[in-house]
Amino acid sequence: MQSIQEIQDEIIDEFSMFEDWEERYQYMIDLGKDLPLIDDQFKTEDNIIKGCQSKVWVHAEMDDNKISFTADSDAIITKGIIAILIRAFSNQHPKDILDANTDFIDAIGLKEHLSPTRANGLVSMIKQIKMYAIAYQTQVK
Amino acid sequence: MLDINKIRKDFPILNRKVNGKPLVYFDNAATSQTPQQVIDVIVDYYSNYNANIHRGVHALSQEATDKYEAARHTVQNHFNAKHPYEIILTAGTTESINLVAHGFASILEKGDEVIVSALEHHSNIVPWQMLCEKTGAILKVIPMNLDGELVMDSYTELLSDKTKLVFVNHISNALGTVNPIEKIIEQAHKVGAAVLIDGAQACPHIKPDVQALDVDFYVASAHKICGPTGVGMLYGKEEWLTKLPPYQGGGEMIDQVSFEKTTYAGLPHKFEAGTPNICGGIAFGAALDYMNAIGFDAIEAYEKELLDYGTEKLLEIEGLKIYGTSKNKTSVISFNLEGIHPYDVGTLLDKMGIAVRTGHHCAQPIMAFFNIPGTVRASFAFYNTKEEIDALVAGVKKAKMMLS
Repeated sequence: MQSIQEIQDEIIDEFSMFEDWEERYQYMIDLGKDLPLIDDQFKTEDNIIKGCQSKVWVHAEMDDNKISFTADSDAIITKGIIAILIRAFSNQHPKDILDANTDFIDAIGLKEHLSPTRANGLVSMIKQIKMYAIAYQTQVK
Repeated sequence: MLDINKIRKDFPILNRKVNGKPLVYFDNAATSQTPQQVIDVIVDYYSNYNANIHRGVHALSQEATDKYEAARHTVQNHFNAKHPYEIILTAGTTESINLVAHGFASILEKGDEVIVSALEHHSNIVPWQMLCEKTGAILKVIPMNLDGELVMDSYTELLSDKTKLVFVNHISNALGTVNPIEKIIEQAHKVGAAVLIDGAQACPHIKPDVQALDVDFYVASAHKICGPTGVGMLYGKEEWLTKLPPYQGGGEMIDQVSFEKTTYAGLPHKFEAGTPNICGGIAFGAALDYMNAIGFDAIEAYEKELLDYGTEKLLEIEGLKIYGTSKNKTSVISFNLEGIHPYDVGTLLDKMGIAVRTGHHCAQPIMAFFNIPGTVRASFAFYNTKEEIDALVAGVKKAKMMLS
C-alpha cells in the first residue's frame, strides 16, 4: 500500500507535466467527471458541507482499520479537487490521515482553492476528513 | 459621447494584470473602481489635514470639518435633498437600512404590516425580519415574474391601512431590474405608509431626485459610485428623521449629557455618533463630483450600449440563459450555462483575468425562485469597453468547452 506521502508525491509529479493552467484545470475537470459519485443514500443534509457557493458531500466508512471516503459536489472543479483529496486520503489508517498535511495542494498550484475565504467548501472538507479520522481512531482494533 | 480611453486613464487599477492577463473588471455591481481624482483626495486628506471634526478649535480640525460638511452638501445636491441635514453619512447602505429599521422598532405595533420585494438583497430583508420579530409586525413580500420584474397588481393587493412601511430596491443587484419605484412610492403614500428605497445598485447608473420621487428614505453606498468602501448615505425626510430615535449613543450625537438625562443633538448629528469616516465622507463627495463631471446621461446611454452588446453576444452562445430579462434593466447580466455550475465558470474566467461575481449575490430568495444555485454575474461600468465584453464572451466559450 502506498503511503499518503507517496501518493502526494505522485500527484505532484503528474501535475508537473502540465505546461499551463488550462492543462491543469482540464485535468481536474476530467477527474471531477470521473469521480465515482457518492451513494445517493449518503447525499444527505447531515453529510453536506456548506460552502457559500458550491456544496460538498462527504461520507466515510472504516473497514479493516482503514477509512474510505466517498464524496460529491455540485461544481465540477470542486469535484476534481475532491477527487485528488480522496486519492490522497482514502484507504488510509486514521492516524496517518491525522498526521498528514495538505502542502501538496500548494505544490500543484491549487492553493487558491484552499483559501478559507474561497467559499467552495474545500477547507471544511479537509477539516471533515480529519474529524472522521479522529472519530474512527477510537474504533481502531 | 464618452471619451472612454481618457476615462480609463483615470483608473490606475485597470492597467494591472491578473493571472498574467490584462484585467477585465466586470464585478462593478459589487464594488466600482476608484479614479485617481478620488485617490488623490484620500491621499491629500491624510497628507495635509487629517484631524477630528466638529470639535477642534485648531486649523486642521476646521479644515477637515469644512471639507466634510462640504461633502454632505455635495451629497445633498446630488440627490436633490431639500436640506443638508436630511443627509446622514453612514458606513454604507447596510448601516443606513439598519438605522431606519432600528428607529421603526419603537414606532411599529403588533399586527402592523411591512412590505418588501422578492428582488431584495439580504441586507434589505434581514433587518426587516429582525424588526418584525421584535415588534410583532408582519412581513409581506411583493412577488416577481419570470422576467425578474415585480408583480405590481400583487403589490396593490398587499397594501392596506395596516401597511406602515415599504422597502424596495431601486435596482436589483442580482438581476439588474429597474423597479417602478415612482408607482410604488405613490401607492404606499395613499395608504399612509412610509417608503425606503435601497439605491445601492441604482446610484452608479442614474441620478435619483429624492424630492421628485417624494421618497421618505433613500440609501446608497459610496463604494459602488467610484468612492471608497465603508461610507454611504441615508436620506430621510426631515419629519421622519426627527421622529426616529437615535441609532447609536456616543460622542457627537449629544446636546447635553448628565447622569440624570442626556438630550440629543439636532439633525444630522443625532444619527452620527462617534468619529465618522471623515476621509471616506470627503472622498464620497469627490466621487460624486467625478461622476457628475462625466455626466449621468452620458453614463446611462453608454452603459445601455454595453448591456445591449453584451446581451446579444452572450446569447449567441448555445445553452446560455440570462436571468433578469426585463426591458427596464441596467448593465448587469446574470447568466448560467446549461448544466454547468456558475462557480466553475467564474473560476475559469478568473484564470483568464476576467473578474465576475458568481453565487447567489446575497439574494437567495431570487435563486430559489429560479431554482438555481446561483448565477455568473457580469456587471458593466462606464469605464468598460466592448473589447472587454468580447474577451468575456471568448472566455465563457472557452470555459464551456473545457467544462462540457
